[in-house]
Amino acid sequence: MRHAFDQNVGVLRRMFASKLAGIFNILAIGIALSLPAGMYVLLQNAQGLVAQFSGTPQISLFLEMDAKGDDVDRLRKQLEQQPAIASTEFISRAQALEQLKQSSGLADVIGSLGQNPLPDAFIVHPKPGGAQALEGLRTELAKLPRVEKAQLDSAWAYKLEALLKFGRVLVLILASLLSLALVAITFNTIRLQILTQREEIEVSKLIGATNAFIRRPFLYFGAIQGLLGGIMAWLIISISLLLLNHQMAALAQLYASQFELHPLSPGDSLTLLLFSMYLGWLGAWLSVARHLSHIEPS
Amino acid sequence: MITFNQVNKRYPGGYQALKNVSFEIAAGEMVFLTGHSGAGKSTLLKLIAAIERPNLGSVLVNRQNVGVLKSRALPFLRRNLGIIFQDHKLLFDRNVFDNVMLPLQICGFDYRESHKRVRAALDKVGLLKREKSNPIALSGGEQQRLCIARAIVNRPSILLADEPTGNLDTEYAQEIMAIFKSFHQVGVTLLISTHDESVLKNNNARVLALKQGELQS
Repeated sequence: MRHAFDQNVGVLRRMFASKLAGIFNILAIGIALSLPAGMYVLLQNAQGLVAQFSGTPQISLFLEMDAKGDDVDRLRKQLEQQPAIASTEFISRAQALEQLKQSSGLADVIGSLGQNPLPDAFIVHPKPGGAQALEGLRTELAKLPRVEKAQLDSAWAYKLEALLKFGRVLVLILASLLSLALVAITFNTIRLQILTQREEIEVSKLIGATNAFIRRPFLYFGAIQGLLGGIMAWLIISISLLLLNHQMAALAQLYASQFELHPLSPGDSLTLLLFSMYLGWLGAWLSVARHLSHIEPS
Repeated sequence: MITFNQVNKRYPGGYQALKNVSFEIAAGEMVFLTGHSGAGKSTLLKLIAAIERPNLGSVLVNRQNVGVLKSRALPFLRRNLGIIFQDHKLLFDRNVFDNVMLPLQICGFDYRESHKRVRAALDKVGLLKREKSNPIALSGGEQQRLCIARAIVNRPSILLADEPTGNLDTEYAQEIMAIFKSFHQVGVTLLISTHDESVLKNNNARVLALKQGELQS
């Protein structure tokens, strides 16, 4: 066992002898993998953002600016009769202004306003239903007297959700293509390795080496190169996120809110490394299967 | 140990290298194979190692018909043979020691045992002091001896040598023949191809003479 290990280490050392070429290969693999993986990370983050906002869809009913207290009461009764509504919540103009001051970070601006620009509003929580039912309810509510505007708050979230689905397909296509590129890179590297070690392979076959014995170091090489490429991709993503988060923090501070890009989870990181290692191995395997049989001693 | 039965070998292109060759070599025998270049000596040796396969007839090594061996079984046939190649086939990307180590690595020998065996083989051919050298730095005779060390390190029961004294002057050739004789004495079966008349004269052994692919009797 020790011996087999020694032998492989010897062969691998010879294979990794050309350092510069090896580094460029690993860099190429790393960059190829970091594109889809990086996009995946951004999507995951956007996904989290959407989930945070669109958990329960709600409809905001803004009343006309001159609506009085009994208008509000009448509207409340009408809303209570709607079967599609689970609950309602009244937010007066004063409350709304207070909330805005607290949450948006625009307190200074609002403080400088002479009068409250906000209308009274009802927040309507509909019973669960599809996007179409919600839209139907919204148009119905918009027709009620003294209602200025009915706004489906989660509309943007639905749009973003659709956009994310699009993004996920894009990532999938990109990942497939670049995985293929990784396999191709390894295939070619191994082909060159086999050519440069042609003599050794021939002699080994002449003195009784099995195909498995000859194949092994090439497969190891492919897997190790894939793994190093995966690590490179992980580093590229992590460093990029670090840089982005630095800027993001500054940006979030301007809006007086907190937002941070989350890095690859440990599970996703492991998947990335194993996947790149597997692809490297696969490329090597294909190359060895293709090229090794052509080398027969004569 | 080695039996040829009506063996014919024709290369693609129509060149007939061997015609109806039949002979038998007993275990522990030392046999010379002679003939001019192109007489089929190398082809005959290649048939034994299954580097080439016969078109007709059978080649038996250890009662195994090597002409019909599956390629998966070839490595295990070759591990029983020590082959000394006409062009040495040494690897110049590693030192003398590692060249001799290769067959043991291929067979998966124990680390310590293999080091002992490599030293013993190098000692046998008088190259122990050169173990760290690159084979390219060796003289022709030393390269030949290195090739022998690699062929015997695995302690094969059959040794095949293709023109082992081909490019050497008489003194080196005698050294090499002395090494072969010592293997003969410990029971190794040897088949040595040569066109060197002096080698035949100095050694009393059976001779198989090939002429244009046919065995002369």
